[in-house]
Amino acid sequence: MVYEAIVIGTSMGGMTALRELLKDIPQSFPAPILVVQHLSPLSDGYIVKYLDSRCNLQVKEVDEKEIASAGFVYIAPPNYHLLVGNGGSLLLSAEEKVNFARPSIDVLFETAADVYKDRLIGIVLTGANSDGSNGARYIKKKGGVLIVQNPHSAESSAMPHAAINNTYVDYILDINKIGIKLIELVGDDSWRRK
Amino acid sequence: MNKNLDVLINDNEDIEVILLIEAIWHKYGYDFKGYSKAHIKRRIKRRMVLSGCNSILDMAKRVLDEREFFESLLSDFSINVTEMFRDPEFYKVFRREVVPILRTYPFLKIWHAGCATGEEVYSMAILLKEENLYDRSQIYATDFNTHVLEKAKEGIYSIEHIREYTQNYQRAGGAASFADYYIANYQSVIFDSSLKKKIIFADHNLVTDGVFGEMQVILCRNVLIYFERDLQGRVIKLFDNSLCSGGFICLGTKETIKYTDSSDKFEEFSDTQRIYRKKFIASKD
Ligand SMILES: C[S@@+](CC[C@H](N)C(=O)[O-])C[C@H]1O[C@@H](n2cnc3c(N)ncnc32)[C@H](O)[C@@H]1O
Repeated sequence: MVYEAIVIGTSMGGMTALRELLKDIPQSFPAPILVVQHLSPLSDGYIVKYLDSRCNLQVKEVDEKEIASAGFVYIAPPNYHLLVGNGGSLLLSAEEKVNFARPSIDVLFETAADVYKDRLIGIVLTGANSDGSNGARYIKKKGGVLIVQNPHSAESSAMPHAAINNTYVDYILDINKIGIKLIELVGDDSWRRK
Repeated sequence: MNKNLDVLINDNEDIEVILLIEAIWHKYGYDFKGYSKAHIKRRIKRRMVLSGCNSILDMAKRVLDEREFFESLLSDFSINVTEMFRDPEFYKVFRREVVPILRTYPFLKIWHAGCATGEEVYSMAILLKEENLYDRSQIYATDFNTHVLEKAKEGIYSIEHIREYTQNYQRAGGAASFADYYIANYQSVIFDSSLKKKIIFADHNLVTDGVFGEMQVILCRNVLIYFERDLQGRVIKLFDNSLCSGGFICLGTKETIKYTDSSDKFEEFSDTQRIYRKKFIASKD
């Protein structure tokens, strides 16, 4: 399988978890990574700077209608939902909160699964609510791969638990194993294609 | 077998979305063809679940047969989430940097395009009052959704948000007491009718309606993100044609005119707050 995109959802504890996960990913990683991290609507984009200075990929806040490309980690801006449209075009919406959250993980996961279908990998990380569990199920329905952070070692276990309870999960891993698994799933294939 | 069918149906969904949009266009004259498909699809699917329809095509049939069903979809597509002094920093910059320039005009025309339920318009009315510009202003508040326009005209809002709005107002540089602008009862607040004096609420569709005056300021915040680039370009052109030289366009914090054909006619007045100013020597196209 050639995976075309990675979507990640996280809430409480997400900054550290994302840093841990992303530090293992090389710049040549062949798929874009889209992230919803629950944030205060007033937050100032610190997370982008924080992650960008700590990983090999380029981390940026999403600009509306840009096309998701390899080499980038896209962070949903505070107070906007992030949606994926055809051709990997990244869309923003200020519509109602979903699961009390904007951006909502379900919105990203569901729209990405519609576009990428079985060429999508979804990852649910630490978090103190259940946003993302419906999206996780939808990713599986569309044939994608689902990875969930091991709730026992996650800073906040509710979000991983909610996903695990809601659908079939392909891999349940500690945070320091997820990056390597991604390279195994995505990187290998691109090697073979070359 | 079932699994396969599932995939097939879902691939057709994009086509069904297009058919539904066509049905609306031919039957009711509302044009959503330039709206971003992923947004529209999400709203349609939400309505599909609520309505008990089995497919988007079923919905298209109902849209043709039932005006009310169309109206509910229209509301869905119009995404009218808004708040008072949304993005307080924007109002702060507007007050500090745009207002001094507006003072040089004897008379101001300000257009809120896509005003939804009006919170943004009353916010601006308050700001203009505090800056002593209100009396020389004419504010046009337009939207294509007549239901939200009715609400905007009333100026009555649920009390549950008022704390948040008060904070926004203060963050936006408001120095008076916010409570002076409304009267509260148990569940709702009604904004002072003097704020409405200079506001004209009107039905206007950015896709199909044209220029209706020459403005000094156009605010169109959080509307363009729902449009494809092409339509964004057409709407910015409409704004360009509706603005005096030196006039301002204020977009939402995640919107830009950068990728439109008109972009060279504007200068970035505040990049962080997405305020653009029309250049004085406008090149003819
Ligand atoms: C998210 S609200 C923005 C409200 C406010 N400007 C703000 O930023 O808080 C978007 C509004 O745009 C309106 N809208 C969408 N398409 C439109 C069109 N073609 N013409 C006029 N208004 C439109 C919707 O009805 C909705 O009320």
